[in-house]
Amino acid sequence: MSFTARKRREAPSAVVRGRFTPYLYLLPAFLVYAAFLLYPLMRAAQFSLYDWPGFGPSTFVGLGNYVDLLSDRRFLAAISHALILIIFYSILPLVVGLVLAAILRRGKVRGLAFFRVVIFMPQVIALVVVAVAWYQIYAPNGFLNRALSAIGLDELTRGWLGDPNFALPAVGMVGFWLQTGLVMLLLLAGMGRIPNDLYEAARLDGAGPVSEFFAITLPSVKAEITTALVLTIIAALKTFDLVYVTTGGGPGTATTVPSYEVYNRAFNLKEVGSASAVAVVLTVLVFLINVVVSRIGEEKR
Amino acid sequence: MSLRPFSRRSFVLGAAGVTGLGVLSACAPGEEAPTDAPAGSPSAVESKDPSQLGDITLVVWDQEVRGSQNDALEALNKAFQDKYPNIKIERKSQSFDDLKAQVSLALSGNDVPDVVQVNNARADMGQFVKAGQLTDLSPYATTYGWEDRFPTSVLSKVRYSADATTFGEGNLYGLPQTGEIVGIFYSQKKLDSLGLKVPTTWDEYFEQLDAALAKGEQPMVLGNVDKWPALHVFGPLQAKYVTPEEIVKLGMGNAGASWTDDANKQAMTQFADWGAKKYFGSSPNGTDYDAAWNDFTKGTGVFLPGGSWLGTDMEAVMGEDLHFIAPPPAVDGKLATTGGTGIPFSIPAKAKNVDAAAAYIDFITTSDAMKLIAENGGFPVLDTAALAPEKGVQKEIFEAFDKVSQEGTLLPYLDYATPSFSDTAGQGLQEVLGGQRSPEDVLGDFEADYKEFTGQ
Repeated sequence: MSFTARKRREAPSAVVRGRFTPYLYLLPAFLVYAAFLLYPLMRAAQFSLYDWPGFGPSTFVGLGNYVDLLSDRRFLAAISHALILIIFYSILPLVVGLVLAAILRRGKVRGLAFFRVVIFMPQVIALVVVAVAWYQIYAPNGFLNRALSAIGLDELTRGWLGDPNFALPAVGMVGFWLQTGLVMLLLLAGMGRIPNDLYEAARLDGAGPVSEFFAITLPSVKAEITTALVLTIIAALKTFDLVYVTTGGGPGTATTVPSYEVYNRAFNLKEVGSASAVAVVLTVLVFLINVVVSRIGEEKR
Repeated sequence: MSLRPFSRRSFVLGAAGVTGLGVLSACAPGEEAPTDAPAGSPSAVESKDPSQLGDITLVVWDQEVRGSQNDALEALNKAFQDKYPNIKIERKSQSFDDLKAQVSLALSGNDVPDVVQVNNARADMGQFVKAGQLTDLSPYATTYGWEDRFPTSVLSKVRYSADATTFGEGNLYGLPQTGEIVGIFYSQKKLDSLGLKVPTTWDEYFEQLDAALAKGEQPMVLGNVDKWPALHVFGPLQAKYVTPEEIVKLGMGNAGASWTDDANKQAMTQFADWGAKKYFGSSPNGTDYDAAWNDFTKGTGVFLPGGSWLGTDMEAVMGEDLHFIAPPPAVDGKLATTGGTGIPFSIPAKAKNVDAAAAYIDFITTSDAMKLIAENGGFPVLDTAALAPEKGVQKEIFEAFDKVSQEGTLLPYLDYATPSFSDTAGQGLQEVLGGQRSPEDVLGDFEADYKEFTGQ
C-alpha cells in the first residue's frame, strides 16, 4: 500500500525542515498510545517475570514462568488449537471468499448490496451474542441435531461441544462463518478496482472464467489477500469470547486457546505471572506470523 | 501494513524501550510482604454496643442477588438499621462471579468495604488469609458466642491457620448465613411408572439405575459443559468408597491423604463406567447445566444428582412430584455428602469500621435472622429442621441438610482443595466422563495438584 507517484515538492520552510519537527506532530498520539498500549504491554512483560497471585507480595522468578510453559500440557494444547483455528478463521474463508467474490464479480448479481450486508452481518454482531446463538445450535437437542435427525442422519447427532473430536472444529466453524463475509467483502472491493479492459483483453485471447481468474483476478487482489490473512489470523489467535461462552476450553482441554489460558490463569487460578507469560508469548506469536504473512505478500507484488 | 520507513520504526522501538526501562526499574508488582498480620489479635474483644459507635456508614458487598436471598438480606439490613439508627448500610450487590473477580482487586486496595462475602475456597479465602488481607474474627466469636451458635463442622469451613497452610482449623475468617447440600432429586411419578423404589443404600441406587437403563430410560441427568457440575456427582459418589475423614483432608487440601489409593480408584472407575455406559445420556459434556435440570423437569432421566439450590426452580415446574434425598450412607455407614455453607461474610483487614462490621455479621446470623431467611424462602444454615417448610421438596432438603450436618459429615466441595483444583478436577472429570483419559491418569493429575500444594 505505498504511493509510488511522487510530485516534485517546493522547498519546505526552516521550521518544517527541522529534524525533530515531524516527531512533534506524532507526539500527542504517541503519548496516548504509550499510556494505553505500550505501558500495559511492558507491565505485562514485567509481571511475567514474577510469581504473583495478583495481590499481596510477589516473588521474582526470572524466566521461570516461560520455562514452565515449555512443559505445560494445557499451554501446548492451547497453542496447537490456535494454529488449527487459523485454518478455520483464515484459510477456509480465504478459499471460499475468493470463489464467492469471483462469482459475484463476474455474475453481476442483482441486489449485490443486499448480499453484501447479509454476508457482512456476522462482523457487526457482538461476539458474545454469536457465541450464545451457536451454543444453542450445537446443543444436544439443538437445531443442528434436530436438522440431522429430520433428514435421517441420526447417527451423526452428538453433543458437538462435548465431543473431544468435534468441539474444536465446531468452534472453528463459527469462526469460519464469522470471517468469510469480511474476507469476501475485502476481495470484492479489490476486484472492483481491476479495470475491465484487462478482462476484455483476456477474453479476446480466448481465456475462460477459470484462466481469467488465475491470470487476472488472483494476482490483482494480492494486497487484499494479505490484508485479509493478517486480520483473520489475528482474530484466530486471539479468540476468546467464543471459547469462553461455548466450551470454557473443554471437554478436558480440547478447545482451550491461549487467550482463554491468559484469562483462566489470571482470574481463576490467580497466577498472574504465568498468565502474563502466556500473553507475551501470544503477542510475539501474533507478531511473528503476521510479519511472515506480510513479507510473503509483499515479495510477490 | 508494514512500518516501512526504517527511521520511524527505530523511533517507536526506541521510545518503547525507554518507557520499558522506566517501568522495569519501578517497583515489583504487588505489595511488600504483609506487615505483621493484625497485631497479636486479642482473645476476646469487649462487646461494644453498636449504637455507641457514632455515625457510621457500613459498606457491605454481597452476592445475594437471587430472589429469596435478596429479600432476606434486604429485610435484615432494614432491621439492623432500625435497631441502630446511627449506622447506615451502603449495600453493593452483584453476581457471585462478578464479586469473586472483584474481591481480589478490592482487598489489595486501600478503600475496602467493611463487610464482604468471600468464597471459602483456598483459591479465594485461603489466598487472602495468606496475604494478610482478612480480619481474624476469633475474638468476636468469643464475644458473641458464635462457637455455641454454629456446629463445629460448619465453622470448620471458614477456619484457616494464620499462614493459610491448614484449612478447617485455626482462626475464623468469616461467617455463613445459608446452607447448601448436594443430594439426589427424583420424580415420584417416574419411579412409580418404572416400578422403582427410592434407594436407601448405594447398592440399591446402582440397581435402580441399571433397571432404568434396561427400560430405555436415561438413569441420571447431568449438564457438564461448564466442567464444575460433575464435581457434584463425583463428590457424593466418592463417599461410597472413601472414608469421609480422607475426603475432608483431600477436599480441604490438608496433608495426609492420597488420591491414588484403591478406594479413590474404585470411585473414579465407577464414575468412568457411568460415562461409558451413557448413564448420563449421550453427551453430558455437551449439555448446559440449566438445560439439564430443565430437561429433567420435562421428564428426561430418572434421577438428578444436584444441589439444594435447584429445588425452588424445579419445584415451580414439578410441584409435589419432585423429591429430594441425601445420598445413601457413606462407606462407614454414616451420612456424608458434598455440601456446606453459602458464601461467608468476612471483614477485610483494612476495613474502617471493624466493630460495627462484626456486630452486623452477628446480627445477620442470629436465630431471628435464620427465621427471617427461611420466611423469605431461603435456606438458613442454622435451625434448619425447625425452620423447614411444612411440605414439599424444600422440607426434604432442609431435613436432609440437618441430618447430614448433625449426624454425618458435610464433605467439602472438592474445588476448595488447592488454588488450582477447580481447574484440575473440572477438566479431569470431563475427560473421564468422555472416556478421553483413564481414571488412573486423571487421579494422577489430581494427586500431582494435591501433592504439589501440600508439599508432601
